[in-house]
Amino acid sequence: MDVVSQLQKQFVDYSTSLYREGFLDDQFVQLQKLQDESNPDFVVEVVSLFFEDSEKLINNLASALQQQIVDYKQVDAHVHQFKGSSSSIGAQRVKNACVAFRAHCDGRNLEGCMRCLQQVKFEYSLVKSKLETLFKLEQQILAAGGSIPVLA
Amino acid sequence: MARTVEKRGEVLDQTSELHVLAVDDSHLDRKVIERLLKISACKVTAVESGRRALQYLGFDGEKSSAGFNGLKVNLIMTDYSMPGMSGYELLKKIKGSSTLKEIPVVIMSSENILTRIDRCLEEGAEEFLVKPVKLSDVKRLKSVILKGDGEENGDMRTQKRKVRDDSSSLSPSPPWPLSSSSSSFACDFSPNQMKSPSSLSMQSPLKRPKLRNIF
Repeated sequence: MDVVSQLQKQFVDYSTSLYREGFLDDQFVQLQKLQDESNPDFVVEVVSLFFEDSEKLINNLASALQQQIVDYKQVDAHVHQFKGSSSSIGAQRVKNACVAFRAHCDGRNLEGCMRCLQQVKFEYSLVKSKLETLFKLEQQILAAGGSIPVLA
Repeated sequence: MARTVEKRGEVLDQTSELHVLAVDDSHLDRKVIERLLKISACKVTAVESGRRALQYLGFDGEKSSAGFNGLKVNLIMTDYSMPGMSGYELLKKIKGSSTLKEIPVVIMSSENILTRIDRCLEEGAEEFLVKPVKLSDVKRLKSVILKGDGEENGDMRTQKRKVRDDSSSLSPSPPWPLSSSSSSFACDFSPNQMKSPSSLSMQSPLKRPKLRNIF
């Protein structure tokens, strides 16, 4: 197998595993549909926005939970935002972690919230590194003169 | 069925470009909706708040001014949960304005809450879309708007509520009622089939719950 085919196979296998393992859902597929020659970097741009938003939200959440008197409404508002952005890019496990988090906000359960924050951070760092790997693979394919396979 | 629609003196037909005003406080969501609309051959103006939206529409405080800041807006798509003015409040302001009330308003929300949906539809929202919004949603919306059903009778309302019955157990998935004579319409009713099983269990399976027929 030549280099391009090898890379393409790697890409397909890796993408498929991300969907199978629940890191990404259909919404990520939907985003790919919005990318074309006139907007070749759309997915990367949107995902970069997601990374920026997420880092801010994680910081906000950490400091909100460290307050003497925790404002659970504020915490919930941040989680709601996080849930929204992760849902918008198809980061399914992050979204699910946010859903669980909101339940603890409703219950005004500090310990539960702290655990959920850890979980969200964990899922976020996982999907971030996986997406970065995916984008690197794409770049390698393009650099080798190949085209990025479209998953059905 | 008529192929052209008179909307406030402007003739829109199947080849017209809709100008959509998108309102969302999330930069990410604005970027996505903008792309969804552009790919669907719509002109887009994206703003971050209800207040900005009203400013753009030329609505000045209590009274509406006659002029527009830019191109005539054919459709408003707004997020429901926004800081400051919510999408619902924006909807009320628009429907309460003699100059703006003809503009169809679509509410987008990540939360599939029946009372919320009802409230928005009762206030005059054209549609309630559960986020994340997809290409198929936009394509369908475009077709609906170009047919000009905004002023039509209650039947349309009922049909709108039946839409997005993706996995409703109450009825087999209905054929899209408004597509009878649309030539450019391609509705993709497969959203839930595309979702992985784990995501289905975390989300309400109904994108548009089957609501009782009140008309």
